[in-house]
Amino acid sequence: MKSAVVLLPGLNRDRDMIAALTKIAGTPPATVWQTDTSIPAVDLIVIPGGFSYGDYLRCGAIAARMPVMRAVAEAAHRGVRVLGVCNGFQILLEAGLLPGALMRNASLKFVCKEVMLEVVNADTVFTRGYAAGQAIRCPVAHHDGNYFADAQTLARLKGENRIAFRYAGGSNPNGSIEDIAAIVSEKGNVMGMMPHPENLIEAAHGGSDGRALFEGALDMVA
Amino acid sequence: MIRARITVTLKNGVLDPQGKAIEGGLSALGFSGVHSVRQGKVFDVELDGVDRSAAESDLKAMCEKLLANLVIENYSVDLL
Repeated sequence: MKSAVVLLPGLNRDRDMIAALTKIAGTPPATVWQTDTSIPAVDLIVIPGGFSYGDYLRCGAIAARMPVMRAVAEAAHRGVRVLGVCNGFQILLEAGLLPGALMRNASLKFVCKEVMLEVVNADTVFTRGYAAGQAIRCPVAHHDGNYFADAQTLARLKGENRIAFRYAGGSNPNGSIEDIAAIVSEKGNVMGMMPHPENLIEAAHGGSDGRALFEGALDMVA
Repeated sequence: MIRARITVTLKNGVLDPQGKAIEGGLSALGFSGVHSVRQGKVFDVELDGVDRSAAESDLKAMCEKLLANLVIENYSVDLL
């Protein structure tokens, strides 16, 4: 499986993401710059975290309108897997590839800590390395991770089993509605999440709970 | 030249923690009776040309495509 990482000015988790993909897949991902209008033939596109365009206007708003995002949208419509982490999740929402919005944390504070996630849907390509109901550790680091969607959208997300992860055990760090930490698209090939699985993939990180997510997305699980 | 002011506000029912913090600040300053504060954004835009109706439809398109996030925000366009 080949992967690509999207690069935009102001992202700062791109190196962590490239390192994680390289270690897990054995080969480094391609990188794509914001002005690129096409993406190499890959099976997985990842938009990493950070502060693209300094979070001006709204987090991810400017990045979502850059040329590379049209190519990401085309790939997603073709069924290519797309993972957005943190700012990447914000960008996918602003680009309309996932429903809802991410707002300022309810506490108004930047949160940087480890939370527990419950695997709600283990039938996506991203979560199949876990069991439904399993609790995993995962770091978070964000100021605008407070997921919001209107009642109709929420009902649809739940009815279609599109909530992939929830914050578990009272660890909701940002006030997200229904403790939502990750959602997938209608076809299940696009996932956005606030936590950073790329920062918990090996012993040096203090654990590897995030590794199975990439193994699933890269077809490395049975 | 056409000048316009665009106002973007949070929809009713969307929690505004920043507005709540501002309420707390006002109350700390001794302003009593502030029932609620909702924080929004203002954009002052200058457009080339004189066709006001074309400008208005362009400005609405700008709001819908970028300046407002219609999931959580409303917008209004005022030509000045």
